[in-house]
Amino acid sequence: MFGRLNELALKHDWIEYAAGVSMILGGILVIALITYHKKWKWLWKEYITSVDHKRIGVMYLVVSFVMLVKGLIDGLMMRAQQATSVGDSFGYLGAEHFQQIFTAHGVTMIFFVGMGVVFGIINIILPLQIGARDVAFPFLNSVSFWLFTAGGLYILISLMIGVFAGTGWTAYPPLAGLKYNPGVGVDYWIWSIQISGIGSLLSGVNFLVTILKMRCPGMTLRRMPIFVWATLATVVLVIAAFPILTANIAMLSTDRLLDTKIFTADFGGNPMMYINLIWAWGHPEVYILILPIFGIFSEYIPVFSKKKLFGYTSMVWAIAAITFLSFIVWLHHFFTMGAGANVNAFFGIMTMIIAVPTGVKVFNWLFTMYRGRVEFKTPMLWFIGFVVTFVTGGMTGVMMAIPAIDFQVHNSLFLIAHFHSVIIGGVVFGFFAGFTYWFPKIFGFKLDEKLGTYAFWCWLFGFLIAFMPLYLLGFMGATRRLNHYEASTGWHPLFVTAAIGALIILAGVIFQVLQIYVSIKKRKEYKDTTGDPWNGRTLEWSTTSPPPFYNFAFIPEVHGRDAFWSMKHAKETPENRPYEDIHMPTNTGIGFYIGVLSCIGGFAIVWHIFWMAGLCVLGIIASLIIRLGNKHPHYYVKAEEVERIEKRTRNA
Amino acid sequence: MTQSKAMKHEPLPDPYQDEYSRTTFGFWVYLLTDFMMFATIFAVYAVLHKSTFGGPGPKELFDLPSVMNQTWVLLVATFFVGFGGASVHRKHRAGTITYFLLTFILGITFLWLQFDDLSLLVKRGASWKSNAFLSAYFTLIGTFAVHIVFGLLWIIVLILPVIKRGIDMVSVRRLTCLRMFWQFLNIIWIFIFSIVYLLGVIQ
Amino acid sequence: MKKLFKISIAILVFLGVSAALLTIFIKNNNIPMMEPKGLIAMKERELIFTASLLMLIVVIPVLVLTMIFAWRYRESNEKAKHTPDWEHNNIAECCWWGVPLVIIVILAVITYRTCHDLDPYKPIASDKKPIEIQVVALDWKWLFIYPEQGIASVNFCQFPEKTPVRFEITSDAPMNSFWIPQLGSQIYAMPAMRTKLNLIASEIGEYRGASSNISGKGFAGMYFTAKASTEEEFYQWIQSVKQSQKSLGLAEYNELVKPSEYNPVASYVLVQPDLFDRILDKYSPPSQ
Repeated sequence: MFGRLNELALKHDWIEYAAGVSMILGGILVIALITYHKKWKWLWKEYITSVDHKRIGVMYLVVSFVMLVKGLIDGLMMRAQQATSVGDSFGYLGAEHFQQIFTAHGVTMIFFVGMGVVFGIINIILPLQIGARDVAFPFLNSVSFWLFTAGGLYILISLMIGVFAGTGWTAYPPLAGLKYNPGVGVDYWIWSIQISGIGSLLSGVNFLVTILKMRCPGMTLRRMPIFVWATLATVVLVIAAFPILTANIAMLSTDRLLDTKIFTADFGGNPMMYINLIWAWGHPEVYILILPIFGIFSEYIPVFSKKKLFGYTSMVWAIAAITFLSFIVWLHHFFTMGAGANVNAFFGIMTMIIAVPTGVKVFNWLFTMYRGRVEFKTPMLWFIGFVVTFVTGGMTGVMMAIPAIDFQVHNSLFLIAHFHSVIIGGVVFGFFAGFTYWFPKIFGFKLDEKLGTYAFWCWLFGFLIAFMPLYLLGFMGATRRLNHYEASTGWHPLFVTAAIGALIILAGVIFQVLQIYVSIKKRKEYKDTTGDPWNGRTLEWSTTSPPPFYNFAFIPEVHGRDAFWSMKHAKETPENRPYEDIHMPTNTGIGFYIGVLSCIGGFAIVWHIFWMAGLCVLGIIASLIIRLGNKHPHYYVKAEEVERIEKRTRNA
Repeated sequence: MTQSKAMKHEPLPDPYQDEYSRTTFGFWVYLLTDFMMFATIFAVYAVLHKSTFGGPGPKELFDLPSVMNQTWVLLVATFFVGFGGASVHRKHRAGTITYFLLTFILGITFLWLQFDDLSLLVKRGASWKSNAFLSAYFTLIGTFAVHIVFGLLWIIVLILPVIKRGIDMVSVRRLTCLRMFWQFLNIIWIFIFSIVYLLGVIQ
Repeated sequence: MKKLFKISIAILVFLGVSAALLTIFIKNNNIPMMEPKGLIAMKERELIFTASLLMLIVVIPVLVLTMIFAWRYRESNEKAKHTPDWEHNNIAECCWWGVPLVIIVILAVITYRTCHDLDPYKPIASDKKPIEIQVVALDWKWLFIYPEQGIASVNFCQFPEKTPVRFEITSDAPMNSFWIPQLGSQIYAMPAMRTKLNLIASEIGEYRGASSNISGKGFAGMYFTAKASTEEEFYQWIQSVKQSQKSLGLAEYNELVKPSEYNPVASYVLVQPDLFDRILDKYSPPSQ
């Protein structure tokens, strides 16, 4: 009746119980607070059923922050284990639990923090920057978000019911196959990624159509902000790469559910094919994470340097080169699989070529600062931090692109240090910068600078202390994913240092939480009254902070790059135009319901409760049919209403 | 706060308000992703098609006459769906209903023929569990069949409003996407037919 | 100004302390990849240095320029020039497209050459006859089979120094990776597949080996010792193992293949000389 779900699924060690209980208590606290403040209706109307890109973007960021906390705790637990599990001591975590933690850490950080913040920021900023009222398919946007959340929930649910995968975040077969891992862990992994992956794919289509079809009049491709170019490249990668992931893990799941022999070691199966496919997706994926961040830097560095972005055309070509190259490098993730010297050499050389356009971008940003007047608000600090950390990551990346070096450092902690350098230095630092830069636009008030600065220094030094030792550990022969090692290796002091670094990062996060709390308390003092707190250059700064739900009372017309800058410095006085009715999409709960049904359906497949899974699939189809039958997916905001809102917000 | 200076010129065209253009373009992009997904499964088939683990291979197992029938059925179905798409643009209600229903009938026929084929294989002991070649084969054909099922369901969902209320802009938009979907599936079938069946039997 | 001063001092102190601690640590510890004991590892270390130096040509200017620009063009410095609309310069672009490209071309040539020179499958030139060792990754230990000498061992292998060793590697468990960092490259150990690795030890010693690809619960226990000894000691060891009570045939192997963790070193007389091929056969179709 309930497949393979029974009471055993609830049996855990004390740490898992503690985690589960604290999650449930946290959830109860949130529910209690919402109930106490009588905000359920508001939450439902303003956020859960919203198809407004700004609201959906905020929800992405909220979920990503929650998952960031989970991922950080995973990281801290790993550091604690590796700092104590040496010689006769085996630490406080069993091997299997530790393996689930690093797997969950990877999945959480890449899919539910990385993708979440990237899609969150793109959601909020993209339509505003191109002078549009929303994305091309607002309903689809809502579906994407709820699928994303549904996928993320499995990581939390698996803490309490069953187990998560212990295979590493890429779950290679045969280890991830039926023979060596028949339990639910890998299945949770599959459906978590599959469901959120479909959400990502739909977002990719959505944003592509938005950029290509919904730019305001006069905004040719060559007048788009670089962030929009970066987003365009990102979604091209999403559209080309995510289907590979979908097919690949679908086949892993047929291997597990239907006993197919695609990735098995025997019966003719080929696990190496899985590895090729997961990385054919996996490499573009990391560029999906970093390209929007490069876009963010290109946005705020000119603003805080009070100078035009250096080398616009060069930047676009660099983005295009990175996008193209990211498709032909995937084998560098498994040079040690024995493909032969010529194949390895080809992929190695292709990989190192990517360093060139990436370096070009860094120089262009530096030369934007050159002969500018640089205001060192926290986003600029994050940029400096990025240069220091990302450049080490890039250097070690080019080193590993040489197969003969990779033969030594592959899957060692040297690799881990490399990718954390580029992901933390790049994606995380860049996101924090973008978040600080656009925070006043989204919420109407600035973030506290002082606490932001403290957070930055903690993150920078914490990162260096946590990850620089790992490079040395790699050279000492330490592999990744170890829950224990002998004392004679000499690795212990370095693991202790890394643990201290992780704690300093934790302090940084605490400062950030404090920063948000204090900023909310002081929001009147930090209020953005003009909509343009930084003297910006692009169209999003022409709206109020926060923008009205329709974004622009009049769709702007653009005559060059840095459109808003030109508007501010134009000599003509504006004429009073009559307001017009605005066509907007209506809210709907269908996206939410599809998310819920997907979550339950995936859970059912994991536990082999096939009747429930079938019902959920039917439910999703029914929801879509209901949506197709919706007679009022749009409505008109009357001109008088627009005028009222405009007069009220702009005179405040 | 200055307003945008949109004054002394003609009303600007609003291409982005054109929902038809956005939706059909978006659907086409979605079809590209579906193509990538099939391409991945094809790549797996290409790698595994010789891995019969000692068992019979394509030559012994594939029933080419039956596959020819399936191909003709699908081809004609797509032919009709093309006419259906044209009818809906001309707001020709009877034609739309007729052609899409014909597509539906032929689609069901295709599925029935395919199911027959596959169940015969399973009866002979060549199932998706037997070896890597058959797993890849069943996965590819099975994924295709699932797409056909959705295509059929979609016809029903879209044709019912046309029968009840006639054709409006919304139907034109959606039935155009449906027509694109069926034509896409036909293209995929051409790949399957050539690469899997023809090449499989020749080697 | 004072804040900037304090920050700079803090950074310098941090760098200084780190450098000091690092030096002390390195002096007191064995860094296998930096103290190679085999030809392959030596060449790989050389490669690491060459690549790093080449890249520092770009990296150091980037870091220096960042610091200089951040300092010189800060808002409070009225003396610096401010050219708010300057956004293009062909010479500058040529420099930072061109110089990195040249460096990459150099690295590309080095890559191609070393891919062939350090190909794990490439036999190592020597006048000594190579030692053949067959390696099987199991859950969660390493089995070493010496088909010529007729012995086998678990979590330990020995070979003479300055003699090429030809490892032939497979797995009867999930994917693993066979790695002896002080001697050189690693290569994946995959079920139903046969990979090869050629290494040579330049001096006697005991070197730690490990699996670098996760294969399940007991993965952390999959470290082993690779001992390079003199030739006499090597043959002595073979002889002593041949006196061993334990023999390894198919039946014993079927016991050994069962999951176990942190296996102690064990040695066997090899009674099934083609054991390695038989293990691979497990993944092939049954012969008609």
